[in-house]
Amino acid sequence: MAKAATRKTAAATPSAERRAALAGQELSATGVKLAVLPPAERISLRAPEASLAALSKALGVTLPRKPKTSASKAGRTALWLGPDEWLVIDEAGKDPLADCAEVTALHSAVGISHRNIAISVTGPAAAAAVNSGCPQDLALEVFPVGAASRTILGKVEIVLLRTAEDAFRVECWRSFSDYVFTFLSEAAGDAAA
Amino acid sequence: MSGAFRIPGAGRLSQPKTARFSFDGQSYPGIEGDTLASALLANGVHLVGRSFKYHRPRGFLSAGAEEPNALVEIRRDAARRTPNVRATVQELYDGLAAQSQNRWPSLSFDVGAVNDIASPLFSAGFYYKTFMWPKAAWKNLYEPKIRAAAGLGVAPDQPDPDHYSARFAHCDVLVLGGGAAGIAAALAAAETGARVILADEQAEFGGSLRFESGASIDGEDGFGWAQAATARLKDMDNVRVLSRTTAFGYYAQNFVGLVERVSDHLQNPGRDLPRERLWQVRAKRVVLATGAIERHMVFADNDRPGIMLASAARTYLNHYGVAVGRNVGVYTANDSAYAAAIDLKKAGVNVAAIVDLRDNPTGPVIDEARALGIEINFGRAVIRAGGKLRVSSMTVQPKNGGGERTIPVDAILMSAGWTPSVHLFSQSRGKVAFNDETKRFVPGIYAQDCVSVGACNGTDGLSATIDEAYAAGAKAAKDAGAKAAKGTKPKVDASESWSRGMLGAAPGAGPDTTVKAFVDFQNDVTAKDIRQAVHEGMRSIEHVKRFTTNGMATDQGKTSNMHGLAIAAETLGKPIPQVGLTTFRAPYTPVTFGSIVGHARGPLFDPTRKTAIHPWAEAQGAVFEDVGQWKRAWYFPKGGEDIHAAVDRECVAVRKTAGLFDASTLGKIEVVGPDAAKFMELLYTNPWEKLEPGRCRYGIMLREDGFIYDDGVVGRLAPDRFHVTTTTGGAPRVMNHMEDYLQTEFPHLDVWLTSTTEQWAVIAVQGPKSRDIIAPLVEGIDMSDEALPHMSVREGKICGVPTRLFRMSFSGERGFEVNVPADYGQAVWEALWAEGQKHGAVAYGTEAMHVLRAEKGYIIVGQDTDGTVTPNDAGLDWAVGKKKTDFVGIRGMARPDLVAKGRKQLVGLKTRDPKVVLEEGAQIVADPKQAIPMTMIGHVTSSYWSENCGRSIALALVAGGRDRMGETLYVPMPNGTIEVEVTGMVFFDEKGERLNG
Repeated sequence: MAKAATRKTAAATPSAERRAALAGQELSATGVKLAVLPPAERISLRAPEASLAALSKALGVTLPRKPKTSASKAGRTALWLGPDEWLVIDEAGKDPLADCAEVTALHSAVGISHRNIAISVTGPAAAAAVNSGCPQDLALEVFPVGAASRTILGKVEIVLLRTAEDAFRVECWRSFSDYVFTFLSEAAGDAAA
Repeated sequence: MSGAFRIPGAGRLSQPKTARFSFDGQSYPGIEGDTLASALLANGVHLVGRSFKYHRPRGFLSAGAEEPNALVEIRRDAARRTPNVRATVQELYDGLAAQSQNRWPSLSFDVGAVNDIASPLFSAGFYYKTFMWPKAAWKNLYEPKIRAAAGLGVAPDQPDPDHYSARFAHCDVLVLGGGAAGIAAALAAAETGARVILADEQAEFGGSLRFESGASIDGEDGFGWAQAATARLKDMDNVRVLSRTTAFGYYAQNFVGLVERVSDHLQNPGRDLPRERLWQVRAKRVVLATGAIERHMVFADNDRPGIMLASAARTYLNHYGVAVGRNVGVYTANDSAYAAAIDLKKAGVNVAAIVDLRDNPTGPVIDEARALGIEINFGRAVIRAGGKLRVSSMTVQPKNGGGERTIPVDAILMSAGWTPSVHLFSQSRGKVAFNDETKRFVPGIYAQDCVSVGACNGTDGLSATIDEAYAAGAKAAKDAGAKAAKGTKPKVDASESWSRGMLGAAPGAGPDTTVKAFVDFQNDVTAKDIRQAVHEGMRSIEHVKRFTTNGMATDQGKTSNMHGLAIAAETLGKPIPQVGLTTFRAPYTPVTFGSIVGHARGPLFDPTRKTAIHPWAEAQGAVFEDVGQWKRAWYFPKGGEDIHAAVDRECVAVRKTAGLFDASTLGKIEVVGPDAAKFMELLYTNPWEKLEPGRCRYGIMLREDGFIYDDGVVGRLAPDRFHVTTTTGGAPRVMNHMEDYLQTEFPHLDVWLTSTTEQWAVIAVQGPKSRDIIAPLVEGIDMSDEALPHMSVREGKICGVPTRLFRMSFSGERGFEVNVPADYGQAVWEALWAEGQKHGAVAYGTEAMHVLRAEKGYIIVGQDTDGTVTPNDAGLDWAVGKKKTDFVGIRGMARPDLVAKGRKQLVGLKTRDPKVVLEEGAQIVADPKQAIPMTMIGHVTSSYWSENCGRSIALALVAGGRDRMGETLYVPMPNGTIEVEVTGMVFFDEKGERLNG
């Protein structure tokens, strides 16, 4: 047994294939397109006010302090979720967890890249599709480009980010993605009304 | 031709497109744009239903949403059967099929009408008086027979094939009601650039302009102006115009529920179209422009088909081009019925007489009616209507008594005046005020940011209405933050004006108790019933309402409430405001379940959560079970195995070689921060400060009351970082529990919680060969027993991807739980599976997992505990830190009754006959011979066949259980009593040697 236990077989180790939930799924309806977005790096960042400057510097993006806002730079977006809570999404393939690891200021950074998946909702009726299950006011003057909110869609929690006037990024937990995509698909069919 | 009663040139259905429809199997022609009501009337059909209680023949009372009588079933196909559709609002389409309700064998001959003769038996309070006794009658008579007889319509018995949509919306100004007032308010608000939603229940906007022939605005006739103005609103980007949309509920903080009927009016609604769309609107300001509803006159037999509201007859004529009769009578206490008489007369219909209860009214409409040669009788009453299936005459008498005169008629148009529609205002929790001069309740004290305009506010006259509404619309927009308006107010060129009316019973409504003068048509409540309620002691209108059921039908008393109130007040000898008005409740008109349910059906009824490894299990033919919202592999049958064979095989294999189990659904919480250990000390019974990084501990979490709340293995990854696991079902509530305590009790601690349940896929590999299976795939982790002992955790790589590798066991065997980022879960599982195949490993499901842990006496929180079990009860004292001075539940755990002797304790049970498997939940007694009801001393919490033990095993909560070791107890079952022996909880490998085996 001991022999087996200590055996090093790194050379023979295959690299596991990444199989993202709903990978590549898309849907097109009048005025709305849905697409499951490629995997991204994500962390849940918690920190007190005093640590924000150091964390912002390490992350390369200024952590927003205003409710329902986000900040974005070089493919990395920090979404304000609460007074001491941010969701950091990196679409440029760089790991924000590693960047935070070097920060000594008080904080908690937890990797959640695989916890969430993202669905893009785009098109002139995108807001209507989201509003089929989300009670937020999505008028452009109320929820402008860059606005972000942890909210609900139907019966599940989502994080909603407006990426353009007619585009949203819907983040949800992996196992809820089927529900969210199905919900948005049904909603999309009625969104142009 | 679309019916003998269609008047050429009349109405607005100008380019008639024929739509054939059927009613009770008979085919009729109609015109697109008709309602079912107008189309039936065009064909001379008035008899359309039977009443609720007395089964009296009924026709159309109204031409709108307030209709209490003309309820029909619309049938598209076997599954699309909608009962209780108001024919007055159902738009006609080609092929529409409608049926009458509440009659047998036919509408014109209904056996149930015997109730009309037997009516003295069914007087007010009948249900309360009758359903008191005997008790057995509830089961045999009241529920099955009387309730069935009393129902209106039949619910469909097939799943609804339609779909329903939903939308949340926000706006600055929400205008409810699209008559002249609503349109004017919407225009004023919209011109400021404010976000405006205008909704009306009708297919076309205009409200009472639909029937008012004398209104002219901005140089156009009233209805034409309404269409033009609405078209202008529709073209504005800041305005949403919703027709066929009823605001049914007004909730807190200007939250209004509306239902838009999207396709009920279409012949072939496309599959893409929802049947209805629910709008949930949050408005900064609400403008209520809900209009007024005409009241009927309360006189004997005022429910005969052909007797209707004057405004209804006028709508049928002026909008649909339909005459409701050839020889009509008019009975009124109000000017507005004159306008109906005038319009009909001008259209060529004979008006036999106008009977006006008022003594000497004057005014232009009266002059005009007289000039047209219509006979007018002032100071007289219609004391009775003749006819049964259709009105045939009206009997007129001076209102203070005297000679009777019977006038043949085929329709009676009546108007007792207009009731402001304060339903939504009342729902908003506003308080109505009684205007003694005009005898009507109007909005008084407002509770929300809304304003009433026009007829619903008691404002008379079109000019005054538009002035008020336009100003209110502009102000609402301004109050919502919009800039000043720069539009122009619509100008009223000509309008109609109606004076007041009367409330309560007219002379032909008794006091003779055999007279049926209906107040509430839908619930068959007569003036006599209201009087009787007062005589039997009801004083408040709330009591009168419930005793008589006046206003309690689906029409919510739209036409009956004020009459009922006035009769009660008169009988009580009190002024109306002292008797009070009942509170209006949602919904304003009936709302389908479908629209409330919306998307939440089928796959969207509730989320179905699947793990990353689910597709593999599915491909292997796993049978799944629901655990909360999760689908979990229950067992993996091979070659026709049943559950028992599969579970036996899986259990044996795990102990012989190894098994792979998908444990991904376990809750996971990452606890991070310099005070993480302190926080863990407070939330769990166990000590954590001294747990070394890299080691794990089984933790128990209590509620404040000292009972077990959750459990799970916790790994310390670093001094400031714990990887906590929870039960599958407990994950969300444990997270909430922890967050709640952190924020409210321990806010001084520098620690944060993050749910990582879905970040990690978890593959449990359990069994003597488990290390052999895992080791070849692992990098950077020394897997020797010295380096990785039982209850430890290491971070490294498996199959080239990061892993948190736990050495732990929920089977009693050497075991591991491989955590990998979820998207890699299936690939790593497949790699482990391939390795496992070399050793004869199996995949096992939750059932085998349950059996294996029970063989070892490991508890499952929620199965072996039920919220009343302490750590001591569960035999888990060892997991409570003896030196700890504080943790959640420490004080609760010390309560006298929680440490008292004789508490139920978790023990093992072995049946005398090893082949007998107890039923979970079965009760346990000490003496099987005692009389029933026996003293139950406990119950079975877990019970399985254990192939590894070669016998059945069970866990049970038994009073004083640990003092009963070796005792014989009994489990009485329907087929006989089962003898059991009390044992310890560990049935297999009592010494625990296999953890390192």
